[in-house]
Amino acid sequence: MIKITKKAALPKKQEAVIQVIAIILSLACAGIVILAMGYDPLEAYYRIVEGSVGSTMRIEQTITKAIPLIIVSMGILVAFKMKFWNIGGEGQIMMGAFGAALVALNFPDTLPAPIMILCMMAASILCGAIWAFIPAFFKARFGTNETIFTLMLNYIAIKFVTYLQFGPWKDPNSGGFPKIETFSQNAQLPDFLGTHSGWIVAILSVAFLYVYINYTKKGYEISVVGESLETARYAGMNIKAIIISAMLVSGGLCGLAGMIQISAVERTLTYSISAGYGFTAIITAWLGRLSPPIVMIVCILFAMLLQGGAYIQVAMSIPSSVADMIQGVILFFVLGSEFFMQYKISFMKRPGSKKEVA
Amino acid sequence: MQNIAIQMEKITKSFGALKANEDVDLTVRKGEVHALLGENGAGKSTLMNMLSGIYIPDSGSIFVEDQKVTFTSPRDSIGLGIGMIHQHFKLVDILTAKENVVMGQKAKKGSRDKDLSKEIRDLSDMYGLDIDPDKKVYRMSVGEKQTLEIIKVLYRGAHILILDEPTAVLTPQEIEKLFRIIRNMRDRGCAVVIITHKLNEVMEISDRVTVLRKGRAVATVDTADVNVGTLIEMMVGKKVDLAIKKEKGQEAGELLTMDGVEVRDKDGKNALENISFELKGGEILGVAGVAKSGQKELCECIAGLVKTSKGRIFFQGENIVGKTPGDIINLGIRMGFIPEDRLGMGLVGSMDIVHNIVLKDYKGQPGIFLKRGPCARKAEKIVKALDIMTPDIYTPVKKLSGGNIQKVLLGREIDSDPKVLITAYPVRGLDIGASYKIYDLLNEQKQKGVGVLFIGEDLDVLMSLCDRIMVLCQGEITGIVDPDQVTKEDIGLLMTGGPLEEEVEHDKNN
Repeated sequence: MIKITKKAALPKKQEAVIQVIAIILSLACAGIVILAMGYDPLEAYYRIVEGSVGSTMRIEQTITKAIPLIIVSMGILVAFKMKFWNIGGEGQIMMGAFGAALVALNFPDTLPAPIMILCMMAASILCGAIWAFIPAFFKARFGTNETIFTLMLNYIAIKFVTYLQFGPWKDPNSGGFPKIETFSQNAQLPDFLGTHSGWIVAILSVAFLYVYINYTKKGYEISVVGESLETARYAGMNIKAIIISAMLVSGGLCGLAGMIQISAVERTLTYSISAGYGFTAIITAWLGRLSPPIVMIVCILFAMLLQGGAYIQVAMSIPSSVADMIQGVILFFVLGSEFFMQYKISFMKRPGSKKEVA
Repeated sequence: MQNIAIQMEKITKSFGALKANEDVDLTVRKGEVHALLGENGAGKSTLMNMLSGIYIPDSGSIFVEDQKVTFTSPRDSIGLGIGMIHQHFKLVDILTAKENVVMGQKAKKGSRDKDLSKEIRDLSDMYGLDIDPDKKVYRMSVGEKQTLEIIKVLYRGAHILILDEPTAVLTPQEIEKLFRIIRNMRDRGCAVVIITHKLNEVMEISDRVTVLRKGRAVATVDTADVNVGTLIEMMVGKKVDLAIKKEKGQEAGELLTMDGVEVRDKDGKNALENISFELKGGEILGVAGVAKSGQKELCECIAGLVKTSKGRIFFQGENIVGKTPGDIINLGIRMGFIPEDRLGMGLVGSMDIVHNIVLKDYKGQPGIFLKRGPCARKAEKIVKALDIMTPDIYTPVKKLSGGNIQKVLLGREIDSDPKVLITAYPVRGLDIGASYKIYDLLNEQKQKGVGVLFIGEDLDVLMSLCDRIMVLCQGEITGIVDPDQVTKEDIGLLMTGGPLEEEVEHDKNN
């Protein structure tokens, strides 16, 4: 008979050890799958590392992938801290990108670049925040389920941008190809120290969130609401306002990531801009235990995995979806390891039981 | 050895690092009432849960009527005639008594509804129980529900009964009735184990008593050979001065006045009706009543957590009806509130002591940043003043013991220098030493001229601590009495009295 009993709380060190073991096991497990596909797993892992940090250009590529992931993860983190399950990162990125594109496409080319960029940022934050405000309002006012609500809003946002791309915003000069006009030079985020300057935004967002969560009254309120609604009420907190304001921050950050993607990477708005970052950020925020600096590190590791995954497709002709699989397996093992941190499993004989065979 | 019903030998059970039971021996004879006495967390319920098959011991053996047994589920234990009556009833409200009795049982072949009713009546007659097999559970009083639980286990053939704190929810009159039933069962040869931490009850009902302390069995003694004092010493491990002080506080004017307050619950029924009383400075006003008589709503409507549908609440002459807890803090109304559910409402379990002190403080701080410095100093001060056992002020409060958690909460509320202190079951779950510390702290506040509202459950404590006792019954005040002028039975009558008559009238009108 298997017996499951609760364990006493583990010291932090031991928790870290268990998590490292979980990651090693997950790599081993993914390795078996790679082996079964007929490739050498050790080489695959080596190539993933090589492909993500093997040369200056690859490092730049990895950073380019890490930037949006970090910013979106920060947005998701704020909401998760409050136990508001914002699954709507994708939609908020999309609407942020839409807001930025609205500014970029409608203002004259003569506008100085810094002002143009700042206006685009403001518009993206605003639009992302509005997209997050909708579920937050309904949650605060009517207690609707935010998971379903934010998830559904993703599809609306994506379909809306698809409609723009194939319809009213289609570039008449593209020769019938469904594509929105490329932004003028002043709407493109300039490069700084090798990669586009979005990394500065990413670092600032981590610093901002670290201070916001740990050192401000608002951050404190968010933590209390996340831990116990009743206690928040008892302490005289305005829960509705806290939910809404935290979600404005969450959506605003996601929107900002959308702006950076279209301004610095794609240089135009497309319906595939969110590229799954809104979902990956859920994983990274969770793996990073909702602590901004740790989440940032996890994001960089995940970006390496994404970049390296693309590389092994070329170098070893392994499908890049192997990287997706590794992500999934890591998450599975790390989440699974939480169970082993909290419970002890022991096997015991059933004395006197006649059913015992061996 | 013929008359031994249960023998437990060297039972050990741990949950994580916590040893809930360690090498516990217990022998229960047939035809005796055996009390299991101990403070909260002493391991009484754990031990009995192993006897009823809910938990499996880590080591040790259990004998039922000289047969060594191993339970892997409650079914095994029921099969051997052991029945446990839990603190929280496990009944289906919308079904009748007899439906609840047969629920989950394999139908006996050819059993008819009529037979069943007769069977239940026979059982009831045999043990002097009083139940209507066709009455729906939701129409029953707490006492009736308990009777039904007893019938349920008797119907399943139990002759060894375990009652887990059966008197917690009963009035003194209902307790009398329950004890009569228990004596009846004993006289018919059943073994009855009663889990309790109320000493008077142990003395009254039990033949023998086993005292548990910190998971270990201290001793098993014949009740006739001991008195309350020795039992406490066994429970706590040292001599405890039992007297609760009651000194006159300095008289002050009315601080809190309730005028015809009415509160509706979720279903739109009145949880509180026409509540009018005043709380003066320098007094402890006790609130007595059976569980769920509106105590929670009373506290929460004063604190602004639930809306009132009628009436006015004056705090030093200012009407605070309709104010939210936030408004009350912002208006500078000095009111402390110790809610019933400490970790669910008063504190944030995963946060440390400092951040729990911040909870009531941060609103007054200027700027957008949280200032922890003053709160850390305050936390140090409270830890020292109230003698809170904690590694440091940065330990999550949920890791502290129940008594220390309560001290953090009480310490924070007292530190805000309240005029009125509302305390809902402040000693629930605390050990005897911690309880007395809390009584002392409340008395100290009273001396300072604070008006204390004390929601209690133990009538003995209420009578010796409070200056006046207000009795609630089904959301109404049935009396405000001076504890020196009345007996426990009088209060017991008030706890059920009024509304019972009303119910009879109601039935007549139908």
